[in-house]
Order: sequence, then structure tokens, then C-alpha cells
Amino acid sequence: MSFLTTFYVVLFYLATGLFVLGLARKITQYAKTPAPLKIPTTPAPTTGSGVVLRMAREVVLFESLFKSNKWIWIFGWMFHVGLALVLLRHGRYFIAEPGLLLTSVQPFGIYGGLAMVAGLLALWGRRIVVERIRYITGPSDHLMLALLVGIGISGLGMKFVAHTDIVAVKTFFLGLMYFDPQPLPTDPALLVHLFLVAVLMIVFPISKLLHAPGVFFSPTRNQIDNPRERRHLAPWAASLDK
Amino acid sequence: MADFQTPEMREYPTVPALKKDATAHLKPFVAAPEHQAALGFPGELLPDWQEKAIEKMGDLLDKYRGLRVFMDACVKCGSCTDKCHYFQGTHDPKNMPVARQDLLRSVYRRYFTFAGKYFPKLVGARDLTREVLDEWYSYFHQCSQCRRCSVFCPYGIDTAEVSMAAREILDSVGYGQKYCNEILAKVHKVGNNLGLPGPALEATLEEFAEEIFDSTGTRVVMPVDKKGVDILLVTPSADFFAEPHIDGLMGYAKVFHEAGVSWTVSTYASEAANFSMFIGSYENLKRAAERIRKAAIDLGVKRIVVGECGHAWRVAYNFWNTTAGVGHGATDEWALQLQKQLDPRYPAPQHICEFTWDLIKEGKLTLDKSQNDDRVITFHDSCNVARGSRMGDKPGGQFDIPRAVIKAVCNNYVDMDPDTIREKTFCCGGGGGLLTDDLMEIRVKGALPRMEALKEVVEDGKVTNLAAICAICKSQFAKVLPYYGMKMDMIMSVHQLVSSAIVLTRPSVEEDAEEEAAE
Repeated sequence: MSFLTTFYVVLFYLATGLFVLGLARKITQYAKTPAPLKIPTTPAPTTGSGVVLRMAREVVLFESLFKSNKWIWIFGWMFHVGLALVLLRHGRYFIAEPGLLLTSVQPFGIYGGLAMVAGLLALWGRRIVVERIRYITGPSDHLMLALLVGIGISGLGMKFVAHTDIVAVKTFFLGLMYFDPQPLPTDPALLVHLFLVAVLMIVFPISKLLHAPGVFFSPTRNQIDNPRERRHLAPWAASLDK
Repeated sequence: MADFQTPEMREYPTVPALKKDATAHLKPFVAAPEHQAALGFPGELLPDWQEKAIEKMGDLLDKYRGLRVFMDACVKCGSCTDKCHYFQGTHDPKNMPVARQDLLRSVYRRYFTFAGKYFPKLVGARDLTREVLDEWYSYFHQCSQCRRCSVFCPYGIDTAEVSMAAREILDSVGYGQKYCNEILAKVHKVGNNLGLPGPALEATLEEFAEEIFDSTGTRVVMPVDKKGVDILLVTPSADFFAEPHIDGLMGYAKVFHEAGVSWTVSTYASEAANFSMFIGSYENLKRAAERIRKAAIDLGVKRIVVGECGHAWRVAYNFWNTTAGVGHGATDEWALQLQKQLDPRYPAPQHICEFTWDLIKEGKLTLDKSQNDDRVITFHDSCNVARGSRMGDKPGGQFDIPRAVIKAVCNNYVDMDPDTIREKTFCCGGGGGLLTDDLMEIRVKGALPRMEALKEVVEDGKVTNLAAICAICKSQFAKVLPYYGMKMDMIMSVHQLVSSAIVLTRPSVEEDAEEEAAE
């Protein structure tokens, strides 16, 4: 096995390990920390199914962002939906026999890739041009955008500019999954793409990307508005009753 | 009188250009040692404050999931940046909600995250220095915890929660705010924010009953500490002395009279306000709420009604059941002690607007709307009611019920710009523990967006009066309206309007006869 292949094998096992363990640790932490008081931002749903709907609108449509600012909404939504399509399209590298869904999503994955990069560049532009957003932007925010744009452009590059041997790439990833490492093609675009993806996986649990699991645990969005009908009590708060 | 400029009203509200450190000089008076001690906080800034503050932050992160998630989840998208009334009025970038949160988040990152420990510059992490602590003290007292930003955040990040946590940390190291802590100390000692003792309260209420008799010819009772009545009224103590609050209180008394229910206020729990929420102190929140519980048990009431007060209604609606068992649906013995006593047919606690609206719907009140014909009313949604509570059984009842009450007693009603009402309402500028003269500059500047929206309906809709259901809003408006060239008496209580329109049809109540009936 070549050095490059070994490097990427180790890198991806490491990245996957850090991603899964890091995220599991944060999710456990969120789940275990109590929300002692009822603080839904009202008007809020009064039933559990209402909360599921509210959360779905928030996660799928970015409802609150839509109410706030149409520019951030359209660019942010473009990026996220694009990314979702791209991720679906990439399913073919991990599933030996792609089903109908995976096959039919392939062309949409390409549009998704374009939308994703366009959305990211527009968001990045706002960080530079809009004074108040420039004020709140730190180095890590630029780096995160650079990372995502880098992933997007290197990926699109392999589609539109310099193809790589995708059959070999698939063999590589299936090999990783079955602990039977296979050689990785050495096209620069592919190596850059995969390296950046691994970096993204590693920083995910220690960065603002925690907004992805975090939103589901946000008490202002996930609590049921029923404080007069049910007594809501956290364990540490219950110990204060006497 | 003031050494600051009242902001110019803008024809088309725009996002202001940033003026760095425009209000960095603002800070409220620091609490005296005895006020700190009364709440269980150290009297003065501790010598080892830095260590203690970080320890406290860790403690809060473990106790409050909201804080934990809010510290991690922000992506700096900018959605909240133009939503804060204090930012709009001051142009100070640290009054942008995300920047305000970052004052705390930068320290969280430094001491509690991998990235902040090893790459502080990259993620904007800062050591907790004395400058940072002072900055917290300044800017976390330029937040009225109105939650407007949380409506627009894609993750529901609530700056109110962040500012409560920051104030809790400041209190825990001996750096508390005078206004909130002094008042809260009075509640713990006497039972209300004013420190008004029982006999004074009784005399005041007798005076109001007399005033109602003089204007209507009907004797309405306003009892104190009366056992065995139906309803305990818990109202902000401002209702006992401030204008236009007292007119609202007389309105409640008339409504109770016409409803034919017996009621009382308690001298032990003569305060609906609970400033513990502003300082994020669960222990003090519970301690103040338990006074209501004790009064309700001692007086043997079946229902608890809360008067017009914004944050108090949020505390009552959302937190009383949790902290004091005032509500329904408990399964534990401690809470059931009171809940078994409360009438399950009525929500507990119940807002006075819910109470009045139920009577109006049932046709039990005789109302002469023409009594308010000399007025055109608009309604100011108070933040804590709008974004932190509900009325009635449907989401949004907190917007519809007060408006329905107003429309039932007034012929002329106009709403302000839809972007400034209901869940998008702008704070009056004085909420969250900022209603103190030492913060007048931020109060006036923060009122700008509300004043602009009001001015618009005054000019286009011929609005003459602004009605509100919050003691803080009422006091704040009375103070800031003149800064914007409007009259201070424009502000009215919603139940003041009810009071004008209600026709007293039931006979006078003789105190003695009523006592006999109760026995």
C-alpha cells in the first residue's frame, strides 16, 4: 500500500472516530443537562406534535431566519439544501448496490453542489460587505467558509474539469468500511477534497457546527407551552422543594 | 436635564451604522453589601472573583441546557444583529444580540472549549480580566431581556438567558446591581417591591374603594388578607401607588364586583413582580414565588389572579408551577398541597385579562363603550407577555385577548406597524431591571423603535392613547414619552379603559354583610 493510501486510511479512521465520539459526547452532554424552567419563545405549540412540527419547520425551512432576513435565509437555505443533496449523491460511494432513490438523486446532487457553493460565496460576501456582520465575524468564521468552499470547489472540479476514477474511490471507501483498505487514486483534486472533508469531520464537534445537533436541544424551540397544566421540574430544582 | 441626546426619529427605520463604544460608559449603581447579603450573595467583589466566576459559569452550564446550547450553537449568521432596540437607539455594536452574547461566549470558549483553550485568537476567546468583568456589568445591564432576538434566531438562542446567566455570575462574585437587588431584598423582607407595610396597603385600598364610590355611587370592596374568599389577587405593587397603574387596579376591583366573586390581596404576598428573573437567580425566584404559595394556602383561596405586569406574568405563567406549585398537574405531595385546594375549572394562575375576557364573552359585564369615545387606542404588547407567556388556550392568546378586551370597551382602536407588535413587539426600553434613573440614557435611547411606531399611528391613525398591561412599560412610557415630544399621560392601563366603560349594576357591598355571608 502506498504512503498516500495509508495516510488517507489513517486520516479517515481518525476523522470518523473523532467525529462520532466528539458528537456523541456533546449530544450526551446536551441531553443530560436539564432545562429547569419553561422558556419556549411564544407563541409556542401546546402539544408534543405541535413541537415536532415547529422543529421541522425550523430545521427544514429555517422559519425563524425567514422571518428575520430574506438574504441570509435564501443564501443559507441554498447552501444547506445543496449540501443535503450533495450528501445524498455521495451515498453511492458507500453503498455497493445503489437503489432507485440514490440513482434518481444523482443529477440533483450536481445542482446541489452548485447551489451550495453559490450560497456559501454569497454568505461570505455578506461577511465582508455588510458592516454589522463583518463586526461579528471572527477568523474561525472565515476559515469555516474557506473549508466548505474548498470542499465544494474541489468536488465540482472533479465533475466538470478533471475527472477522477470514481470506481476506485468507491472501492477505497467500501474497503474502509469493511476494514480491507484498497488503493486511493492520486488525483490532486480528489486528495484535496478528501483531506478537507476529513478536517471538517474533525472540527465538527469542537466548532460552531454544533448548531446542527444543538438546535434540537434548544429549549426555546423544543418545549411544549403547557406550564399551567403540568408541573415541570428538573431534578436539581426538585431537591429545593421542602 | 439630560447629558445625552434623544435619538432622532427616523421616517423609515434603517439599520444604523456602527458607533463603537457609544454606550460603553453606561453602568448602573452597584448594590450595597446589605442588599447583596439579603439575597445570599457576597457583599463586595471577592478577592478571588475570577476563579469564582469561572466556577459559577461551569455550574450554570451544568444546570441550564439553554445556556449550554446557546454558548455552542451560534454561527454568527447575523440574523439578530439589527433586532435589538438598544442597538437601534445607541448604534453601539455591543448592543447587537450576538455581540452581547459574545461578551460571555468569548470567556466560555476560553475556559470550557478545546478550540478556545488552544486557539483562543482563532475563535475569539478571551481571558476573564477585570476589563471583561466591567464590560459584562455595563452591557448586560443594557439588555432588557425582551427576547426579540430569540424570535429571529434560527436556533432560538435567547440573549435574555445569556444576560440572566451573566448577572447571576456577577452577583455570585459580589458585583450585583443596586436597583434589582435592593428591590428584591424588600420583597423577601416585607412582601413587595416598595417595602409597603400591611397597614399602609390597607389604607391605600380603602382610599381607592372610596374613590370608586365617589365616582359611581356603588360600594365596592377591596379587601386585604381576607380568608376563605374565592380569589387571591397578586398584582405589581406599582398598582397601589403609580399612575396610570392605580386606575387599572380600580378596574380590576370593578370587574370582580360585577363578577360577584369574593377576592382579596395579601399583605404577605403583595407583589406580583419577581426581579429574581432579571438576575437569573433560581433560588431567589423560588423564594419570592413561595410567598404567593404560602399566602394562597393561608388564605384558603380557590383561584389566583395576576394583575397587569409583564415579567410577573411570565414568572407566574411559566415559573410559579415549577418553583412554588402554583398551577395544576403536579404529582408530588409538596405541590399537591396547594393544587388540591385550587379550583380545577380555572387556569392557575389566571391573568386579569383572561378573567375579564371570560366575563365579557359570557355577557356578564355591562359595558358602555361610548365612555371611551374621546380616545383612539393602540396597544403595546409587553415583551414578557408576548414572547414569554400565553393567555387563553390557544397560542397567541396573549395578543388576542388584551385586544379583544380593549375592543369590547372602546370604539376606536388602531394597531401599530405589524413589524412592531405581537411577537415582533419592541420593548418599551425599561424592562429587565433597567427601570432606574441611573440608566436613563439607555432607557430613552432604547425606546426609539417603539416611539417611532407610536408616532406613526398618532399622525396617521389619530391615536390619542397607548394602552399596556405591564407596570414597567407604564412607568417607562410615562417617563420617556416627553423625550419624544409626546405627553406622558398618553399611557393607560388596559383595565383603566375597562374601568371607564364598565357600568356597575350590582348593589353596593356592605363590608359587614359580606363578612357574614362568607362565614
